Amino acid sequence: MVAVFSICICFYHNASFAQNADTNQVTEQHHNTDQKEEGDFDVAGTILDHIRDDHSWHLWGHTSVHLPVILKTDKGFEVFSSSRLSDEHHQPVVYNGNYPYKQIDGKIKVMNADGSINAEASKKVFDISITKNVVSMFITVFLLIFVFLGVAKAYKKAGVTSAPKGFQSFIEPIILFIRDEVAIPYLGERHVRFLPYLLTIFFFIWINNLLGLVPFFPGGANVSGNIAFTLTLALFTFVIVNINGKKDYWRHIFWMPGLSTGMKIFLMPIELLGVFIKPISLTIRLFANMTAGHILVLSLISLVFIFKAVSASAMAVPFTVFISVIELLVGFIQAFIFAMLSALYIGMAIEEHHEQDLVL
Amino acid sequence: MLLEINPLVLPDPGLMIWSTLAFLILLFVLGKFAWKPIMKAISEREQGINDSLATAEKVRAEMAQLKSDNEILLVQAREERAQILKEAKEIKDKMINEAKEQAKEAAGKIMADTQQAIENQKMAALIDLKNQVGNMVVEVSEKILRRELSNKPEQENYIKQLTNEIKLN
Repeated sequence: MVAVFSICICFYHNASFAQNADTNQVTEQHHNTDQKEEGDFDVAGTILDHIRDDHSWHLWGHTSVHLPVILKTDKGFEVFSSSRLSDEHHQPVVYNGNYPYKQIDGKIKVMNADGSINAEASKKVFDISITKNVVSMFITVFLLIFVFLGVAKAYKKAGVTSAPKGFQSFIEPIILFIRDEVAIPYLGERHVRFLPYLLTIFFFIWINNLLGLVPFFPGGANVSGNIAFTLTLALFTFVIVNINGKKDYWRHIFWMPGLSTGMKIFLMPIELLGVFIKPISLTIRLFANMTAGHILVLSLISLVFIFKAVSASAMAVPFTVFISVIELLVGFIQAFIFAMLSALYIGMAIEEHHEQDLVL
Repeated sequence: MLLEINPLVLPDPGLMIWSTLAFLILLFVLGKFAWKPIMKAISEREQGINDSLATAEKVRAEMAQLKSDNEILLVQAREERAQILKEAKEIKDKMINEAKEQAKEAAGKIMADTQQAIENQKMAALIDLKNQVGNMVVEVSEKILRRELSNKPEQENYIKQLTNEIKLN
């Protein structure tokens, strides 16, 4: 995964070579804010534009869904359509609400009268817009609720004696997989309490990963490759771990038993750091893996425009398909790893140690 | 800013709020209406399967027990049959032997009776014969005596003729 990501970074750095590329088609398809001039193809800008959160959802050609912008400033809440922020050529324009707003690299900034960014005022703007990622996330939420309430109904209706049927028989092995491979090995007897959380987080990440792989509506949003999303989920695990942490868990952080006093003091900051590194590692792992996948797929497709030749697709398309298939696997594995590590961290926090086991 | 941070790695607080909201809704709804009944059903089914397997095992043991019981019964029945057959054969032999004995006895008795009857008949016939011979002798003697001395050769012929006439039946 790291290798994949670094390859993408290479693409990002090499992208400047490709900026002279000239394709009219591309200009129509990609409405970059930082296009050098008409006809230039900016690979890095295009890719970053695709994996970034957005205030509108591009469907096809010139058709986009403009999502509502919700801003909280010191003058109160403000709601307007994101269509006000761009003109008919998809170029950002200034919208005069409570402040003059303009979209710079996908973020809403307050502008000065002379057209420069008012950094101080921009900091006071709190953007809680319904963005592309938010919509995609709620599509996942409704999809999951729809599917699992249906499955739950099937269980209620068919009773417990009959074998699972239809979609139920597809879902049940996955549920059992999470229970038997994730929850029980790390949580043991107490898995019943945390299993709903693990199942929810697994399916939420997995379906978001899968929807992210679909190149068109309602997929295509890079939700699970967004650091805010992964950080939120990692914080959930962090809170659950530390709320359920038993006496032994805290003692192992602050006063490691079975060691000399000097070592105890030495280990204390390291262990304390570990408490925060765990959710950070969860955040970055999922974010980097999913973003890397998106960047890789987009880079391969961009090869066609970099080489300015349709024949390049002979190589680019099979590679894209290959990487997409791998990404299907990665999407599952990353969801599984997130759930597994969450279970592991919770298991470590709720474990009751026996003193003699730790004295070496 | 000293270090330019790529906006990609800067978490957007607005999105974090929405993520939290979305996840909490999902956790609540699925936890209450999906995971609970699903896990309950699955564990009930697993319990049911375990019970069924245990029952099947028990039934199997019972069947094996029943089978061995049957076999014992069968062996017993076979032995009994053999016993009965043996007894029947003995009885048959005995009956045949008895019948033979009886038949022999009866035959012996009949033979003895017959012999007796033959003997009796023979004796009666002999007595009769003796009587007849006596009569004939008397008759012949009488005739001879009547033709006395008339003709000597003729007399002798006559005796011969009479003698021929006598037929010992």
